[in-house]
Amino acid sequence: MPDTLIAKVLRGASGGGPVEPGDIVVCDVEMTVLLDLQFGHDRLGDVVAVHDPDKIAVVMDHAVPAPSIRDAESGRRARAFAAAHGISRFFDIGNHGIVHQVIAEQGLARPGTVLACTDSHTCAAGAFGAAARGLGPAEVLQIVCTGRTWHQVPPTYRYELTGAKHPWVNGKDVFLHVAGAYGEATGHALEFGGPGLATVPMSDRRTIATQGAEVGADFTIFPADRICLDHLSATAPEATPLEPDEGAAYAAVRTVDLDQVSPMVALPGTVIGNAGPVGDVAGTKVDQAFIGSCANGQLTDLETAARVLKGHRVASGTRLIVTPASQRIYAQASRLGYLADLVEAGATVTNPTCGACFGYHMGVLAAGEVCITASTRNFKGRMGSPDAEVYMASPATVAVSAIRGVISDVRELDGVPA
Amino acid sequence: MTDPLLVEGRAWVFGDEVNTDDMYPGFAMRLPVAEAARHMFDASRPDWPGLVEPGDIVVGGRNFGLGSSRPVALLFRELGVGALVAERFNTLFLRNCVNYGLPALTVPGIAGAVREGDRLRVDVRAGELTDLATGTTHAGTPLPDFLADIIQAGGLIPRLEASGHLRPTL
Ligand code: SF4
Repeated sequence: MPDTLIAKVLRGASGGGPVEPGDIVVCDVEMTVLLDLQFGHDRLGDVVAVHDPDKIAVVMDHAVPAPSIRDAESGRRARAFAAAHGISRFFDIGNHGIVHQVIAEQGLARPGTVLACTDSHTCAAGAFGAAARGLGPAEVLQIVCTGRTWHQVPPTYRYELTGAKHPWVNGKDVFLHVAGAYGEATGHALEFGGPGLATVPMSDRRTIATQGAEVGADFTIFPADRICLDHLSATAPEATPLEPDEGAAYAAVRTVDLDQVSPMVALPGTVIGNAGPVGDVAGTKVDQAFIGSCANGQLTDLETAARVLKGHRVASGTRLIVTPASQRIYAQASRLGYLADLVEAGATVTNPTCGACFGYHMGVLAAGEVCITASTRNFKGRMGSPDAEVYMASPATVAVSAIRGVISDVRELDGVPA
Repeated sequence: MTDPLLVEGRAWVFGDEVNTDDMYPGFAMRLPVAEAARHMFDASRPDWPGLVEPGDIVVGGRNFGLGSSRPVALLFRELGVGALVAERFNTLFLRNCVNYGLPALTVPGIAGAVREGDRLRVDVRAGELTDLATGTTHAGTPLPDFLADIIQAGGLIPRLEASGHLRPTL
């Protein structure tokens, strides 16, 4: 039967036999990525032998530089693990980044392959046509040893993009539009395609794929089209096109007219059925504004923030934290002058890490505070106190809200070229 | 030996879309598991870890466990929870339960059908839940056998030790 994108990838990774939604298949995992926090709880130190050191990467990201002795111990164990098992893809502090950014930069996710990582936003790699989903630490430990795991072929919601994305519209806005309109997708894959996809660059595709976890999707996946393959030409030149089959069956096909997507904001708590146009909440006072995370700490996000902030000041009573997603982005943004624009406008620019995104360090919220974030999650308590409120929006919306001190529409800012 | 897939206990009923950050707050990830378990549901029901007793059963609504891959199942096990039942689990969360040996059963419509404090009997392999307070039986969706076997074995870690992949802890 004709394959959806996810069915095609899982079929290929499990021996090539026909698959349909509901089937459970055992797949070869092409790349397994471990992260720092995992070394705190896990039995990685007891692994006798890894299945293939060339198919494993270790990334220091969630808690770096170590904010506690426990995290420092995890770092020590991660280094010992990489050394003991001969893992050359070890991204230690100074050569690191948020795991999903590193996967993208290093070409660790290739179209048509299966990638495993102990993080729920592993679906980010679906932007490159990989079957990638969050798995728990015990399962990833097993994959480290055996190189395989099982997946269930999910039914797919197909998002057919038409029209053209406006320059002020970010992947975040497209995602929030979808999450607000269509709600949860538990046990399903999200597949994006259609003629409008040509106006959606890789940075936006990565934001959308990353956020798929927030509606509970198993996988989020994009085709490997010309834009994707061009992007991969330096890191994965052997990558080949990947498209769903003509006539594939979908659980639903939903058309998104990109011409109609405008800046969006998710209200605190969840993105599921809980997002609307920025105008709905404009004027809400903001204590903290955050631009960063695996979803929106990319170079383009820093460029957008710098463009909005240049020549302005962060409002008094509001703090803006900007966290580049990787050391490479940090260096590029520095060279291009974005960091100077941000710092001169009053932003605090941190080192690359997960940091404030999961309320662990460098930007934790107090009770009663309001945050607008371009990161991935707005759950109660996610970024600190359970009595703080977290709104979610694009980097442009977060940046303009930092200048105004209240949630604002970037299209109203004077002097910002569209 | 008692069958871990056959659980009888008192029900705690939670709502829809209970997320992992509520179950296992970010800051608690830097604590040892025993201490982290004291912070379960800090954002929504902070007194709960002090009230739950070994063998109790947690009942949730739709999309139970949306969110992170953090091993929440370890905390439930730490508090002695015998099984989780939900109308629909987030699939990452469900995998984590299985892989850490925590019995979990999907039962459509269950959150509205049982009352907190009811004694429940959950047969994970048969996919059946009986509310002993009312005598009503609810049909669930049984897990595939290979996943039920993982729970029965106590999760993946004991299996990896048995297969020689993992050095046993002393
Ligand atoms: S940036 Fe946030 S969502 Fe992304 S991997 Fe880190 S903690 Fe998770």
